[in-house]
Parts: sequence; C-alpha cells; structure tokens
Amino acid sequence: MKKIHIFGLIVIAIAIGIIVSTYGNASTYSNFTEAEELAKEGEKTEIHVVGKLTKDTNGQIVGMKYDPVMDPNYFEFMLADTNKVVKKVVYGSPKPQDFDKSEQVVVIGRMEGDHFACNKILMKCPSKYTNEKPDFKEATAAKL
Amino acid sequence: MTLGNLGHLLVILSFVTALVATYAYLRVTLLRPDSLELSAWKRFARGAFYVHAAAILGVCVTLYTIIYGHHFEYHYAWSHSSKALPWYYMLSCFWEGQEGSFMLWMFWQAVLGVILIRTNKLWEAPMMTVYTLVQAFLTSMILGVIIPGIDFKIGSTPFLTMREAMPDLPVWAANPNFVPQDGNGLNPLLQNYWMVIHPPTLFLGFALTLVPFAYLMAGLWRKQVIEWLRPALPWMLLTGVILGVGILMGGYWAYETLSFNSYWSWDPVENAVYVPWLVGIAALHTMIIAKKNASALKASVILVIAQFILILYSTFLTRSGILGNASVHSFTDLGLSGQLLLYLLAFIAVSVIISARAWKLLPTDAEEVSTYSREFWLFIGATVICLASFQVIIPTSIPVWNKIVESFGGVSKLAPPTDAITYYTKFQLWFFAVIAILTGIGQYFWWKRVQKGKMQDLLTPLWISLFITALLITFGGINKLPYIALLTASVFALVANMVIILGVLKGSYRLSGGAITHIGVALMLIGILWSSGYQKVVSLNGSGLLISKDDFFTKDDNKENKENVLLWLGQSTRMGDYLLTYRGPRTEIRDVPQYVPSSWLDIIEGDFHAVCLRDITVGEKTYHKKGDTVAVYPENVFYEVEYREPTGRITTLFPRAQFNKRMGLVVSPDIKRELNKDLYSFVTVGGNPSETEEWSPTENFRVALQDTFFVNDYVAVLESVTRTNAVEGVSLNPNDIAVKAQIKVLDKEREYFIAPTFAINQDRMVMRKPEVSEELGLRIQFMEIDPKTGTFSFAVNSKQRDYIVMKAVEKPLINVLWIGTLVLVIGFALSTLRRFREFRLIRDKGVELEK
Repeated sequence: MKKIHIFGLIVIAIAIGIIVSTYGNASTYSNFTEAEELAKEGEKTEIHVVGKLTKDTNGQIVGMKYDPVMDPNYFEFMLADTNKVVKKVVYGSPKPQDFDKSEQVVVIGRMEGDHFACNKILMKCPSKYTNEKPDFKEATAAKL
Repeated sequence: MTLGNLGHLLVILSFVTALVATYAYLRVTLLRPDSLELSAWKRFARGAFYVHAAAILGVCVTLYTIIYGHHFEYHYAWSHSSKALPWYYMLSCFWEGQEGSFMLWMFWQAVLGVILIRTNKLWEAPMMTVYTLVQAFLTSMILGVIIPGIDFKIGSTPFLTMREAMPDLPVWAANPNFVPQDGNGLNPLLQNYWMVIHPPTLFLGFALTLVPFAYLMAGLWRKQVIEWLRPALPWMLLTGVILGVGILMGGYWAYETLSFNSYWSWDPVENAVYVPWLVGIAALHTMIIAKKNASALKASVILVIAQFILILYSTFLTRSGILGNASVHSFTDLGLSGQLLLYLLAFIAVSVIISARAWKLLPTDAEEVSTYSREFWLFIGATVICLASFQVIIPTSIPVWNKIVESFGGVSKLAPPTDAITYYTKFQLWFFAVIAILTGIGQYFWWKRVQKGKMQDLLTPLWISLFITALLITFGGINKLPYIALLTASVFALVANMVIILGVLKGSYRLSGGAITHIGVALMLIGILWSSGYQKVVSLNGSGLLISKDDFFTKDDNKENKENVLLWLGQSTRMGDYLLTYRGPRTEIRDVPQYVPSSWLDIIEGDFHAVCLRDITVGEKTYHKKGDTVAVYPENVFYEVEYREPTGRITTLFPRAQFNKRMGLVVSPDIKRELNKDLYSFVTVGGNPSETEEWSPTENFRVALQDTFFVNDYVAVLESVTRTNAVEGVSLNPNDIAVKAQIKVLDKEREYFIAPTFAINQDRMVMRKPEVSEELGLRIQFMEIDPKTGTFSFAVNSKQRDYIVMKAVEKPLINVLWIGTLVLVIGFALSTLRRFREFRLIRDKGVELEK
C-alpha cells in the first residue's frame, strides 16, 4: 500500500466522521407535541419549532408580554405550531426588534414545564424584501 | 426612449453579444492555427466582447441614473432608494437588490475580461470561450423575459416600472400615471460606509474565481494540462486576497452595524462564501507544487473547479430562498431558483466532462513523495484546509439535503445545529490549530530543505514559542484545553514564520509574501481567541460570562443568562467595573460635529429637516440659531451612555437606534476602541423621542413650606419660595413680580430639585412656567399663592420615565485580529505581485521565441 493510499483513507475517514457528527449534532424541525414528549423522557436536546403568531383583527399579536421595567430579560408570547397547538414561549432576552412585524417565526429550544424555553428566534418578516404590497393611500390623496 | 427601455435594450444587447462572443471564441479555438479565417474570427470575437462590456457598463449607468435621479416610477428606485439618501448610499441602493448585485458581478467580469484579452493573447481563445459562456449565463439572470407557453421566467430585470411590477394596485385605476412621491428607502443597516465598499469587493472576488477556472478549462481542453498553472496562479492568489478582504469587510460591517455582538456568527450566508474562499486557498497551495508533483496537479484541477462551483453553489443557497428557515438573514426569492440550479448543474457537467476527458493526460508520480519534502507538507496543509471547509459546508447544506429528500417523496426534518457559534467553533478551532502548526513546518521545509535526521532546525522556534505560550497562559489566564492548543499553535506559527523571514529570507520582501501571510493568519487566530473566547459581558452584575452555554466552553462557571440591563435616565447603575449612566436621546445634525439632545429639535414630519427649538451650541461655537431649519437624519436616535471607570475616567458611547416605518426598530452598536480592547454596546429597547409620551391627568397639591407630599410615588418637600429677578426664557419688566418654588424630590439614590416659577405683572396677568424633570418624569406648575393661609398650590403631571435596555460587552485584544488581517493582506499582495511578475517574464520570453 502506498503512502498516498493510506493518506487517502485517513482523509475519507475524517470526512465520514464529519458527516456522522453533522447528523449527530443536527437539530430537527418539530412541533410542540413532540417537544413535550422529549421533555417527559428527560431529553435535553433542543429542537426547532416553526409556528405562527396569533394576531387579532387589528393585526396586534395576542398574548405577548414584555415589560422591561420588571425584567428586561424576560419576553413571552403565544405561538401556534404547524399542528395549531398553541404554547407559551419564553425567551430570556429582550423582545427582538422586528418581532411585531413578524408572522411566522422559528423558535429554538425545548419544553420546560408548561412553556417552551427558547434561546433563539428566527423571524420571517413581510418586510420590503418580500415586496409587500405598498400602502399608497396617503400619497394618492396628496396627488389627486 | 425611456431610461427603462434603454436599460432593457442594453441588457438584451449584452446577453446577445456574450453569446456571440462565446460562439466566435469557440470558432477561433476550433480553427486550425494556419487557417486564413483565424484573425478575422479573432477580431470579431474580441469586438463582440468589447461591445458586451460596453453594454454592461451602459446597463449599470442606466440603473444608477434611475436611482440617482429619483425616478420613482421605476420599481427598483422606489423599493431601494429615497430622496433623503446621500449619493454614496445610493450606490448601496444599487446593489441592495438582487438584480443590482448580479449586475455588479457581471460588471467585474466584464472588466476582468477586457484585462485578460489585453494581457494574454496566447490563451485568449479557449479561455475566453469558457469565460464568455459564464458571462452569458450570468447576464441571463437580469433578462427578465418570460418564455410564453411554458411560463418559465428567465432572469429578473431591474428596469420594471411600478405599474409593470405591481399591476394589481388599486392606484392604477384612479390614476394610471401615478408616480410615488418618495421611495421606500434603503435598509438602515445598509446605510454604512462598509456597505458602499464591501459588496463591490466581494463581487470582484466572485468574478475572480472564474479566471483560474477558465484557464484550467482551457488547459484541459487544449491538452496543456500543466501549462495552465502559470497564468492561473497569480489570478488564484488575487482571488484569495480579494475574496478574503471582501469577506472580512462583511464581518467588520456586521461587527459595527448589526447587533449580533460578533464579527462572525456562522450564519449560512457567511459560511456559503467562507467555504469557496478556503477551497481557493487550498487550491493555490497545491498549484504552487503542482509542476513537480502529480498528485498536487490532480488536486489542483479538482480544487480550482470546486472553488468556482462553490461560488455558484453559494449564490444558489443565498438567492433561491432554500435557507428560509435556517438563517436570520432575509432573502427574496425572485423565482430564479430553477435558473440558478440550471446554471450550477450546467457548469458542474461542463467541468466534469472536460476534466474526465483530460484525466488520463495528467502525469503520475514516478516515485513516492518523501515525508521530508516541501511538497508533502504543503499537500497536507491543503488537505486540512479542505477538511475544514468540508466541515462547514455539510451542516450548512442541511436545508438542501431536506429538499432533495422531499423531492424524492421522503420526509427529512433535519435542522441546522441550534447553537451555530459553539458548534462550528468546536471543530474549526482544532482544524485551525493544525493549520497554524503546518504553516510553520511548511515554511521550514520550503525554504530550508530540512532533511531526514536534521529536524533540529525546527527546535529553536518550537522552544521559543513554548516559552512565550507558557507566559501567555500564565498571565493571560487561559485555562481551557482547546484554547491552550490554539494559542500554542498560533504562537508557533508566528515564531516559525518570523524566524524564516529574518533568518532565511533576510527580510527580502519579494520572497516573504507567504511567511508574512502566515504571520497574519497566526495573529488573526490569537485575536479571535481572545476577543471571542474571552469576551466579557459588562452589562451583567458580577463577573464574566463566556460566549456560550455549551459544556465545551463553560463547565463550572455558567451563570444565568441575563445579559441586558435597564438604565433609567440620569440614574447611575454599577456594572462590573463601570458606573453606567444613561444621559438621554441625541440627534445628529448633518453639519454639526457632535450629537445634540433630541429635545433641541422639532423634526418635520415626513422630511429630513428639523426646526431648532433653541440655539445649537457645541462647546464655544453656535452652529444654528433658534428657529433655523437644519438637515438631520430623522430616523436615527443616539442614546448617550456614560461609562465611568473606577479611576474616574469617563467614556461616552452613543449606540444607535433607527425608527424605520417599514422595519420597526433597528439598532446598531457603538464601539469604544482602545488599544487592548473594544467596549461594544448596543440598545435592545429604547424610546423614540419624536413620539412624546402622554402626561398623566393633572393632580393638584396645596402645601405649606416644609410640607411633605407624594408625587407619583416620590416623596417631595417644598423647601422654599423666594423672589426671583430672572426667569429663563422670559423677559421681566421692572414692575413684574416673580417667585420661584424650590421643591426637593427624593428618589432611591439621590435627590432632585424642581423649581417652577410664578410671575404676576402690573395688569395682574399671571404667568405660570412649568418645570420638567425628565429624569423623574415629572412636570410641576406653580399655580397659586394663598397669602391668608400661607399655602401654595401646584399642579403635577407625571409620565413614564425615559429608559433604555442595553447590553455592553468587552472584547479584549480584538485589535490583534484587525492587525492580523492587515498583515495577511500585505503578505498576499506581495505573493500575488511576485507571481504576476514571473508570469510576465515567461510570457514575454515566449513571445520573443515565437518571433
């Protein structure tokens, strides 16, 4: 066996190791029901839950609590996962800046008792990036 | 002809000329060298490319004219720009949209194409065939043509009018000629000077990856399997430096602008360009030894293809919307994912076919490479770099994997690792420790030709670096095994490469490029180790907290993750070594060198001007008089935060918030740069001074001197009522009578005085000037004096006191990282110059021989 072959084998072994470890360290996209089952089994793994914020008729998010005067590092809101199961989500940091404009969010964390403790929130905002329908009413009125 | 039509016409022209040039160059390549048609075809191909380059330039100029001229009837100008922007940010508007950034990429490829045609006649035809084909694919991305029948969209054009882009708006029914008054504006986070230069640099890097790829394809195609290395190598080096600088600028922008608290967060968007860059670095190392070593030549072929394909892959990842649930960045899906995938797969196919055909022409090594040769060590180094990049691209591609499984009907719910920073650091740290050691060993074998049994040459730097590391570990308090390993490796790299420069190269700057670059890498690693591994959250009562909650970093001293602190206006709070005080919101006037209190100005609604409510005085100088109109940045609010150190030294930081109508609150940090550390702070919650808080309903108090009363939960005492001769802002006549009440209000830590005045003139006209304490959120008005009972009455209103929630972090030795970056760039530049010079010498010799 030539040196280059041994070398090649080592490289392949490391590469396979990387793939296996990626699979081992990867999280999963899941829902609150599964998160609760994991918590019951005593699993500490963190998962991704994709969900929608519940909004009232005025477009205001329902069940959102953030009072920086009480505790700037405590933010809670209600989230409905893809199966429409609604849970309280607690985030141990200030309310993210563009949270109010979000509709769909991804929370990363695990269930702790009655709530989902999350340490990261990914937001999908219908910002100008998605070319939301612009509101031209004011401008039109000025022109006409 | 409208600007939009002109732009569209030029896009079509550039696409057609790219195709024509491809065909013409293909003809030139396939013609026999003695063919009579050769020179005519060559002239034609060249002409076609020049027309193409001019058309691309025209497209860019047209789009910029639309943005610069505020032609809001065009969707691109409306959605990315606004009237308030200065010209340099309008450049950022140009590449904020995807179409514009594609154009930037094409622009650079056009420029580089012209340079290549003019510098390398020998390789022109085959190389430019590949080159112009890529350019044609890229140009198609902004064609904006929909193929009728199959409804397949080719490209997305930036020259759509509002009406074409959004035909369903009700406005058109009322007024078909409607033009928006102002644009949507540029994302506030992109209003930063780095965003003016980072994208052009990055896209120049993107464009450059094509050059070595095109030379390689030409070489394999024309069976010049070794010759392509010489022209390609300097370009590969240039790619390394430009792409690297582009990436680092992006990191620096993120550090300065985004409150991610970091210059690198292992987000898929960052990883997507980091990987091709690393592969390019590996490629240039194997290319250096490829002439002598067949394995390295084969590796070079694969890596040069890989770095180009990975750039296409990264474009696909970031622009197809596939990362949707995996990244914090927002992406537009322009509906081009199919086209991008086609582009990617087409070039994978082209490169696989061409290299498979040529593979048997590649030489094989007669004998095994010796462990004591430079080739061996460089090859190992390149391999480790590749493994490091492989470790990043695999998890980053998880969303792609899910899509593939889904397209075959399966279900894959894999998500990226939850804590990206910890996860990637855990692996990359070890890879880079090995890479750092290899840079030292590699340079020794390269320059000193270390022989079997003569390894003692390496011992001197080893001892020196172990000694230095021991000192650093002891006095720097480094106590984690991974950190110790990385530090030792980096110091060794630093020392070994230094010794090479001083001892072997005697400081010859022409040959030192490699060693200098490696010193830069070592410094960067050391800077990263301290600034990320030992960053300290200041806005936390108690001592330091490490970057992550993973066991790997915080076995014993994990503390509660409460890193944000609330600061009341004017009240000092102790944080670690500092005494923090929030001094109030500030506004930036465009021609005044310092921020001024927001209360001095009244911002005109819907405009970027404000009226001065008082004289604007900074230091001695008065810049504007009361009532003047000044230009401001109306969305920006700067919160003045004072940091007092135990020594009494005061540092003032102004973290920024932008109240953007479309995006909500957008915050950026302010950084105090010191020699040995950065103090980095940003606001997470802050009030908008232009939205004045409502005062509570009036409460009336009737009190005598020294009486105690309760206002909004504070204890207040009427200390005194005295006659006064001057009331601020009011001119008193000699016969007027004015009295001032002195009210003491006790807060938790200190007492405040509020002094409202009451004045009466000859005509018994009464003036009651209220006094406001922003710190307490109180307004007190002196209402009445009752001489009979000796009591005084006051009207009191209260409101929420002003406060901010912020986070502050100390980043030690971050300057070592920036210095390392600079050293890396200098080293790279020296190497690049050296290889270009070599190429020119050989080329000119070759030309002479032909004559």
